[in-house]
Amino acid sequence: MSRSKLGVASRAVAAIGGGYALGGLSAAVLALWLPTTPAEAALTGTLASFVVYVCAVMWVFAARTASRAWIGLAVPAALLGVLLLAGLSGSIA
Amino acid sequence: MKEGFRQSMAWLHTWSGLLVGWVLFLVFSAGTAAYYRDEITFWMQPELHAASRTPAPQADALAHGVDFLQRRGPESPRWFITLPTEREPTVRVFWSGPPPPPAAPGEQRRRTRFENAALDPASGEVASAARATRGGEFIYRLHFDLHYIPTLWARWIVGFCAMFMLVAIVSGIVTHKRIFKDFFTFRPKKGQRSWLDAHNATAVLALPYHLMITYTGLVTLMFMYMPWGPQVAYKDHGGIDAFFADVFPSGGPRDAKASGRHAALAPLAPMLARARAHWDGAPAGRIVVSHPNDAGATVSISRQEGRGLSQNQPSMLFDGTSGALLSTAGDAPRAAAETRGVLYGLHIARFSDPLLRALFFVAGLAGCLMVATGLLLWAVKERQTYAKVLKRGGRIGFGLRLVDGLNLGNIAGVPIAFGAYFWANRLVPVGIDERAAVEIRWFFIAWGAALLAGLARPTRRMWQLQLGIGALLFAGLPLLNALTTATHLGVSLRTGLWPVAGFDLVALALGLGLGAAAWITGRVRHKAKPAAAARAVEAAP
Repeated sequence: MSRSKLGVASRAVAAIGGGYALGGLSAAVLALWLPTTPAEAALTGTLASFVVYVCAVMWVFAARTASRAWIGLAVPAALLGVLLLAGLSGSIA
Repeated sequence: MKEGFRQSMAWLHTWSGLLVGWVLFLVFSAGTAAYYRDEITFWMQPELHAASRTPAPQADALAHGVDFLQRRGPESPRWFITLPTEREPTVRVFWSGPPPPPAAPGEQRRRTRFENAALDPASGEVASAARATRGGEFIYRLHFDLHYIPTLWARWIVGFCAMFMLVAIVSGIVTHKRIFKDFFTFRPKKGQRSWLDAHNATAVLALPYHLMITYTGLVTLMFMYMPWGPQVAYKDHGGIDAFFADVFPSGGPRDAKASGRHAALAPLAPMLARARAHWDGAPAGRIVVSHPNDAGATVSISRQEGRGLSQNQPSMLFDGTSGALLSTAGDAPRAAAETRGVLYGLHIARFSDPLLRALFFVAGLAGCLMVATGLLLWAVKERQTYAKVLKRGGRIGFGLRLVDGLNLGNIAGVPIAFGAYFWANRLVPVGIDERAAVEIRWFFIAWGAALLAGLARPTRRMWQLQLGIGALLFAGLPLLNALTTATHLGVSLRTGLWPVAGFDLVALALGLGLGAAAWITGRVRHKAKPAAAARAVEAAP
């Protein structure tokens, strides 16, 4: 496992920033989509977001290369983003 | 691939643990002590030790609190009365001064001034003027607000560290092949192996606790760290304030406005009786009177903590002039709200009986040791890469030297800081200006000195010296208490003054532990074998 300084720095950014973004997105999506009251959905999403964050950080450092780590964050983030936008536009309509 | 995964998790465990380790050691130490913040505060106010501890009916205690506040703060916008508990035998009253003038744009909002007093529950007398101290409250705040830096920054720093603590714990578990077998393994005097065993033992011993306390710690401040769920869910339903109103339906006090018309406050005893009857006789904890002596007055009564795991306590809201019941809240909480309440409650452990609290305290100490041994393990491993350089008379690298110094100044220095804080409580003259702040300053002076000395000379002799100072400070606390109060161990044990006796005994035990660590460190100094120091640190808090 080669660990160039740049690779580690890139992974650290992915883990700290990307992990937080993924956690925050999952909190928002769960808050919108869970079939319960808004308060309960928001609470459940927030409680779960830290678990998502931990998993994201572990994924980032388990991935074979830094770019794979980023892709592994970007794909679920994009999916969650779509769900978030769909939910938000649904709530306005 | 499987082996590769484990290796990368080991790498993640090592680095995430090291980088947040020093802050975590402070946070763990302060958090562990904060389980006993009531007792610490009580110990630090020896003027209250003599107060009568004859339990009084709740209605009497409340009436004394209201009488006192009518005399001292009839114009105050809000009164807080906390009724006595087994752990806190006085009636605690807080009242806020007049609201501060609105801040200019860009200026930080000025805080409302709060005043407080402790009353004897039976007589209503002010339980003699206690010395100015922040007591256990300082330690509790230090745990998540740190000190001398803005609260908001501190909470983000502590939250970041807690998050990576969680990462370190989970990746540590993944790294570990034989987690239960290793727990029963200890190979002393084997250098790095011994450090690893000590780290494993303290980590695995209280593993459920470590996982729980780290995750629930994040939960306590989760609306600040992760506001996105509520923000999105309430985007079209009144925003974050509506969310909080839904989740914490405490009702009126926060939004009720003063009418400006004077009206006598209704007697509180019938409200108290009604609330207690509603909770099947459970005692009331905190009473908040908003806008007393105003026509818009309200009285909120919450159930006493400690009746259940959850932090959420049901409350009842009364009209302050007619005494009529306005609303009840929290009788049937919903699943996620109750989950959060329980997670929060688990973290602060206000619910627990003495034995469970002691267990949490011991598990917290194990957490301190886990962080300490983990930090030391890194240094021991790293030192081996310098073995050849050192043999040729070379020097260790800057990184290792820095880690050595920070390890010393934190692991041995934080106990010194706590010791200095408690000593200052008894030695700083009573009645000087800013006395509470002076006590706190001693905490940081002592810690700063330990850190500087540790960074300047991170040697085994310095370890021995600092552990020894910590040992003397802690072991000397019962003696200091005996010399400065009338409630030494002989008295407190005989009369059942458990907060004081317990403080003295735990301080003595911690002092002995630190002393043992110093002694073992010194005994093997000439051998320079890290193994013994492993055991030494294991004995230290």
